Parts: sequence; C-alpha cells; structure tokens
Amino acid sequence: MENNRELFLVIHRTIPFSTIFIKMKKSFWIFYKSFNFAPVNSNEIVDHYMIKITNLTKNYGNVEAVKSINFNISDGEIVGFLGANGAGKTTTLKMITGFLAPTSGSVEVNGMDIGESQLEIQRQIGYLPETNPLYGEMSVHEYLEFIAQVRGIVKKDFTKALRRVVAKCGLKGVVHKSISSCSKGYRQRIGLAAAMIHDPDILILDEPVTGLDPNQIVEIRELIKDLGKEKLVLMSSHILQEIQATVDRILIIDKGVIIADGTSEELMNNFMGNVKLTLEVKNAEDDSIADISEKIPELTLLSSEKKGDLHRFNFEYAREFDPREAVFHYAVESGWVIFKMTPHTANLEEVFRTLTNSEGGNG
Amino acid sequence: MGNIKAVYLKEVRGYFNTPMAYIFLTIFALVNGYFFTNTFFLIGQSDLRSLFSTIPLVYLFFIPAVSMGLIARERNIGTIEIMNTLPLKTNEFVIGKFLAALTLILVALAVTSIHFFTLIQVGDNVDTGAVISGYIGLALVGALYTSIGTFASSVTENQVVSFIIGVFIVLTFWLLDKLLIFIPTSVAGLVQYLAVEYHLSNISRGVIDTRNLVYFFSIIGFFLYLTIHMLDLRKWKAG
Repeated sequence: MENNRELFLVIHRTIPFSTIFIKMKKSFWIFYKSFNFAPVNSNEIVDHYMIKITNLTKNYGNVEAVKSINFNISDGEIVGFLGANGAGKTTTLKMITGFLAPTSGSVEVNGMDIGESQLEIQRQIGYLPETNPLYGEMSVHEYLEFIAQVRGIVKKDFTKALRRVVAKCGLKGVVHKSISSCSKGYRQRIGLAAAMIHDPDILILDEPVTGLDPNQIVEIRELIKDLGKEKLVLMSSHILQEIQATVDRILIIDKGVIIADGTSEELMNNFMGNVKLTLEVKNAEDDSIADISEKIPELTLLSSEKKGDLHRFNFEYAREFDPREAVFHYAVESGWVIFKMTPHTANLEEVFRTLTNSEGGNG
Repeated sequence: MGNIKAVYLKEVRGYFNTPMAYIFLTIFALVNGYFFTNTFFLIGQSDLRSLFSTIPLVYLFFIPAVSMGLIARERNIGTIEIMNTLPLKTNEFVIGKFLAALTLILVALAVTSIHFFTLIQVGDNVDTGAVISGYIGLALVGALYTSIGTFASSVTENQVVSFIIGVFIVLTFWLLDKLLIFIPTSVAGLVQYLAVEYHLSNISRGVIDTRNLVYFFSIIGFFLYLTIHMLDLRKWKAG
C-alpha cells in the first residue's frame, strides 16, 4: 500500500499536467486507484474517524480497568457509552481527554495521537467530567471567563460565546451568582457551558444527567440532541433509558471490554433471541391446548397455569415471526375466549442485563 | 504567557474573593508589627534589623499556609481534571499558581513597609539602602519558600498534610545554617551554601552577589520543576 502511494506521488509530481489535480488530490487518488494497481479499500480513502481508539488498555496497579478496547467514531455521531458503575467508562473517557495516560494502545483524535499532540486535541474537545468539579468561590461569569481565556478566546469574542452558551444552557438568571450558591441542576449546566464555550467539534460528557430532576433531564437531552446535529457527542451513562432516548449508537462496556456496538434496534435484534407471549383464555379444553403447538409451529409453549376457568400460557417465538394472527384464528376455531394477549418486546435493559450478567458468570 | 496570566488571575481572585487573603495579611501584619515595635523603642536604633529577623521566622509558617491549597485543593475538589483537560501546559499551570501565591506574600511584605515610614519619622540617619536590600532579600526568601510550598501542595490532596510537609522542608532549609557546628568541615561549605540564612544575611548587608541570586533562582527553579514533574507523573498513576 505504501509503495503504491509513493508511486502515485511520483507520477503526481513528474507529470506536469497533474498540477491541475492538486486541488483534487483525493479524486485523483481514487482515479489512480481505479486502475487497480492495488485493491481499493474504501476505508482508506474515507478514513476520517474523529476518534479512533486502538487496543486501548489502562491498568490501575494490578487491576485492569480497560482491556484493549477498539472503536471508532465518525463526525456528527451521538454515541452513548453504556456500562455499570466501574465498567471502565470514565477511565476510557479520561484517556481520550488526556487526563490519564493509557498503559498501552492509542487514542487518535482527528488524526492526531494523544501522546504527541495532547494540547491540540484538548483544544478541539469540550469535556464535562463525571464529578463536574467547579470552583465554588467564583461567579459563573468569572469561571466561564477563565475557561475562555485558557481556551484562547479573546475578550470581544467572549461576550458572544458567553451569550451563546448562556442561551443554550439556560443560565440566564445565574450568570453573576457565585457557583457555590447554584443548585445541582444549574451546576451541571455550568459544567456543560464551560465544556462548550469554545464551540468544540467534539463533546465528551461523562454522565451529564446524573442528579437532575426529570424536567432538567429532558432539557439536557434535547440540548445534547441539538448539539449532536453538527458535533460529535460521546456521552456515558449507566442509565439505559437515558442512552436510548438520546443517542444514535450505543457502545456497551463491561469489565473493561466492549461487548456490544450498534444502534439500539441492532442490539435488541442481535442479543435478544426470542419474544415472549402471554396469553390468557377462557374455555380452553385440554386437547386443544395440546394441539396449539402443532397448529402453529412457530410457538413454543413454556408454561401454563389454570386459575378457575382461566388458562394462562407463556409462549416463546422467534423475532421474525409474529404469530398473533394465527393464535387469534386458532382461538376462534377452538372456541376460546381471549382475555389477554401480550407480546413482551425486549427492551434494552434486558439486553444490557443479559450481556453484562453472562460476562459476570464467566468472571 | 496568556495561560499563565489566566491561571494567575484566577488564583489571585480566589485569594481576594474569599476572606483567606485578608486573614493572612492581617495576621502577618499583626505578628510582625508586635515583634518589631516591642523592642524598637527600647533599643532606639534607626534600622529595621529586628523586623528583618522576625519576618523570616513568621515566613516559616505563613508561607506554607498560603501555598498549601494551591494544588492540593484542586485535587481535593477535582478541578484538577478540568485543568488537565484544558489546553494548558503543566508548567503554565504551576508558574501561574506560584506567582499568585508570591503576589500575596509580596503584598504582605509591602504592608510591613509601614514600619519603614515610622522609622523615617522618628529616627535619623536612616540607611535606606540597607532597608531596600533587606526587602529584596526577604522577597527572594519568600519566593523560595513559596516554591517549596507549591511543591508540598502537589504531593498530596490533603491541605493539612501539604502544610506540614511544607513547614518541614522550609524549616530544614532554615535550620541548615544553625546545624553547621555539627557538620564535618569537608561538607560544611556545601551545607552552608544550601542554607537560606547565609544568603539572606549577605543580601541584607547590602551585598547582592550573583552567587546569592543564582542560589535563590536555582532552588526556586528546582522546586517548581519537581512540582511540574509530580503533576505530570499523576497522569500515569491511578486517577
């Protein structure tokens, strides 16, 4: 691959008319590649992951907090980092933001390595730490001004930036109050405002909604979704509903290992095998009960119980089939009266529990 | 440079936004004022020698107290995570902090200059040169102790522990001069060179030698370097 690239560069330099391609290098490269000198790998041309994590490992003494994880995030994605407490979420985020150095492996942000260009990467990232530490003795304005100064925002731009984050984070009433007098919800918003004062391309939010009341959670969720339209947002949470409601893509981490990666639908399809169906009927005869599994082969009877003249059955069926219509017709044929028919669609919570528990069983 | 200024201003504001700075300044002025005026009118000499021998003693506790929170507090309340994830170099952070604490020390020192004006009013033949060089010496000692205090503050996240470590190191540097008689002559010269008082007394006498300046600046640089190193090291350990 390297040789081909060199060859390309040689051609590119020696043929004079190729100079007209200078501004179209990329298309020329694709054009060149189309001659099939080398197998075309679309990833190499569009290899533009904003965050690229390769074999990232972190040990605390003898404890392996993060075990050689790999994942990539493209521009404009909202990614949720999901895991139980102590699964390695925060450690991973701290390594991406340069607060902790990895034991091994690499973090690349926008093509730069964190070990080499930490400051440049930190310029592009806005980070809200899990504990959201703030200087209580400062006023909100003073704090944001300080952050802006270190971020290299000059005074006249600061006024604009301040107005923007105050509007976005709803800080209007508290700008001149001291931080220590602000409520938990406001403190969280101050942390968010500080993370986005320099309008970063990448926002890393470690548990942004912990400790907020339901209304505030909805507000912050909307804010994150809004930000995610033009920015990369990587947020962590141990609350499933939160992640499910906010993000496009979910990474589940457990005991320092990434065990699932995909949209919430993908995760449910991949990890929840069968759907369960509860059926309550009246007037069921024993022989018709025995018959149902034969008539509708997709259904597997798990259990049945009888309460008075009511029968309650628990069935299971594969996700691809929906047997409810067949069940209804069968019930009509056999003279059953249906009281209740409920499919239990799996939710992410079950996926999460299945995934993390099976891991736990092995360890 | 801009970053050092930002950290510096934040820290100075932190001192003066809270009662901290005012309490420190008042105590410093009161203690020094008491010891100075106690003997000033009895002895009846037109100099500030007794003040200049009191201040280094007050420094021993005052400076570690001023600087104990510099970094320990950031680690204690977790804001160190903000600082370390901002595009801010460790040395800018440490130097900004050091300069802020030093500013408070210099303000405290400036407050004691009131005794100099008293002296001008009541005494005659005041040796202004000696007073100025005395103040320069005290400022340098203050800077040196502040660098030690900054270092002590970076070792732990507990401010009390940092204070104790600070006092211990500062006291060691102060006492080296007094220990000379117990030390074999072969190393006595070296130990004496390390002692603060040896250099301070040189400067107070009005002799500002490069040897003394090199001493102060190299020890300050050494402790600031250690501080930066301590903070960079933290990244590799457990968070």
